[in-house]
Amino acid sequence: MSEPTPHSMSETTSTTDDDETQRSTAADPADPAASADPTPVPGETGGKFGRYGGQYVPEALMPAIEELTDAYQRYVLENEDGFMDEFRRRLREFGGRPTPLQHAERLSERYDRDVYLKREDLLHGGAHKLNNALGQVLLAKYMGKDRVIAETGAGQHGTATAMAAAHLDMPCEVYMGERDINRQRPNVFRMTLNGATVTPVTAGRGTLKEAISETMRDWAGSVEDTHYVIGSVVGPHPFPAMVRDFQSVVSEEARRQAIETIGELPTDVVACAGGGSNTMGSFAAFLDDETVSLHAVEAGGADLSIDEEAGVAPNSASLYAGEEGVLHGARTKLLQDAHGQIVESHSVSAGLDYAGVGPELAHLVDEGRVIPVAVDDDHALEAFHLLSRTEGIIPALESAHAIAYLEAGTDTEAGTDSEAAGDDGGEPDAAADDSLGETVVVTVSGRGDKDLESVIEETAARDIDGAPDMSAFTEGI
Amino acid sequence: MSNRAVSDRSGNSEAIAQAFADGPAYIPYLAVGDPDYESSLEYVEALERGGADLIELGLPFSEPIAEGPTIQGAVVRALEGGMTPDRFFEFVEDLDVDVPLVCMTYYNLIYQWGETEGPRPFVERAAEAGLEGFVVPDLPAEEADPLREACDEFGLDLVFIVAPTTEGDRLDRIMDRVSGYVYVQARLGTTGAQDDVSDQTAASLDRLREYDVPKAVGFGISAGDHAERIVAGGADGIIVGSALVDIVAEGVESNRSTAAVADRLEAISRELVAGAERGSRARSTGDPS
Ligand SMILES: Cc1ncc(COP(=O)(O)O)c(C=O)c1O
Repeated sequence: MSEPTPHSMSETTSTTDDDETQRSTAADPADPAASADPTPVPGETGGKFGRYGGQYVPEALMPAIEELTDAYQRYVLENEDGFMDEFRRRLREFGGRPTPLQHAERLSERYDRDVYLKREDLLHGGAHKLNNALGQVLLAKYMGKDRVIAETGAGQHGTATAMAAAHLDMPCEVYMGERDINRQRPNVFRMTLNGATVTPVTAGRGTLKEAISETMRDWAGSVEDTHYVIGSVVGPHPFPAMVRDFQSVVSEEARRQAIETIGELPTDVVACAGGGSNTMGSFAAFLDDETVSLHAVEAGGADLSIDEEAGVAPNSASLYAGEEGVLHGARTKLLQDAHGQIVESHSVSAGLDYAGVGPELAHLVDEGRVIPVAVDDDHALEAFHLLSRTEGIIPALESAHAIAYLEAGTDTEAGTDSEAAGDDGGEPDAAADDSLGETVVVTVSGRGDKDLESVIEETAARDIDGAPDMSAFTEGI
Repeated sequence: MSNRAVSDRSGNSEAIAQAFADGPAYIPYLAVGDPDYESSLEYVEALERGGADLIELGLPFSEPIAEGPTIQGAVVRALEGGMTPDRFFEFVEDLDVDVPLVCMTYYNLIYQWGETEGPRPFVERAAEAGLEGFVVPDLPAEEADPLREACDEFGLDLVFIVAPTTEGDRLDRIMDRVSGYVYVQARLGTTGAQDDVSDQTAASLDRLREYDVPKAVGFGISAGDHAERIVAGGADGIIVGSALVDIVAEGVESNRSTAAVADRLEAISRELVAGAERGSRARSTGDPS
């Protein structure tokens, strides 16, 4: 925390020439003048959020997607055969819902505002992912499928699916990038313990993007008896809408709990965004509450630029720095080069490491309803240690990005000359005051046990204020 | 046969119609730029010498979700070799072949190309380079109208894939928009060479019988006797990709000369053409071999 300049929304290096417009939208999306009027794309149908969404998939998958659209309508939207009742009951009994909304005393003091944590880290499995996985595995049962497949990045969605599949007695195969397998070992063991088969994906950089492609390939050959449990609000319609609906329980509870404990709605909701299921789940029930600002915190990684030559973006900030395109079944905002090739993303947290983002979020950002911000690797690690040390909660590295945003706030214009929070007990970043109000709900989307090895390594490589000495732990790695 | 008219645009490209006019069409596929620009030119020209009636040229995309490991490998090699959409168009212009060329790629590359939004600039450039049509595996009929319109404007065909699972309304929707030929996916799954011919192919050809548009079968064809059985079963053409890409890949692994790989591509092409012709004779003499 020694950098004098604010970090989260620092300079963006452009991805392409017309980035000027891109950036002004991203920088000030709450300004209605800045949010472009989304022009609908002519001649298209089905599952659109403004100009985003749709069903861009190989023909072999279309019948399965039509079948799923029908099942979503009947079971999820219309509660046919009491599907939603059973889903909610299992979320309570198996999942441990509701999760608490906790007043975070030290953070509130530090930032001079009331900070509440929505504790999805306390959900069974240690992340919000179970809400969606349980919903979809149960739906697969109602649809009469005999097998589920899933992709996973951090391994959190894979473990959630493996748990739900064991709970509901369904065979389960999980595709996981080889690189992610190496950085998320504990989750690989957990999936295996729950009886799932974990299949490594070696294509590309071996992260979430490749795992999704590989799972889609499996599905193209197995649609008749298999359901694809997609792990976020991405992919072809109806996945983005359906996953949002399963995750909405997070904001439904948080909204009710806020009214009960605070007596009014919060001023802000802050949630980290990879594909965006935690974000959409945390925002859904607040979308119509115009006084509540919604902040989607993306992984700024090491740098917000895109290296076209190498085909690599050292970040995963598709909402903040991406451009419109078509990936994995949907039109959305993507990290891509000038030709439209998808670039490899990066984040210290495997769960945020994805070049795309849910189409509904892309739309909400264009509309100015959701404010996209980016937090880089360094500041996410600082926040990881801060929450662990001062609140007794070890967060997932993904969630640490959302916590870090409290420290940074946004700092588009006003922030550049403010002092970043320096040492412990120092003045909090004045810039945060510009963007965050009196009562802030931050979703802690998961717990950090899965990240401990990465954290030891990444912390040892940096000079992080207030972090414990890691040298004793690095030897064994 | 009821001969349902598909649409009045069913033959935007004269050259594609011609490719199916006398006997079964042999339609090979290669990823352009695999493993490098110069070799790739020679490989495509070898396909024509081997008897290609039409050639599908793959423009590599970083996320080829419809492809199996063989073509994924080709895509990686081609991208590493520096293939881009602009280089692809130059490649088409540099090629010395007379048969019609169809571009197979994913929608994002078509959509992103050029200064203005949408597929039109890409299609205009493709027409200028001399391409005759497109196959876009991740673009279902429902999302295809902008590309369909651009193809009609520039006189190109838009080929759709029909899967073993495609039937009823979906099939009608596709057949309303297809032109040139329909790509009959021989079995579920992704691309990749197989040892046998699936029964799913026969069922698909059956469902398509009433539509008056050439039916080319692809996915998994790797040898002359597959080609024979598929043509005997009613296909108007065979599409062969992974079996050819395997030869290119083997050439890279074994460090073979470009000429040696080109010779092998020409030889397997002859074998496939001969198989297709046997199938065609069997069909006309009513002997389902
Ligand atoms: C704890 C946690 N938070 C957030 C994410 C990001 O995914 P999404 O944006 O879909 O919520 C993940 C993904 O694995 C995760 O494990």
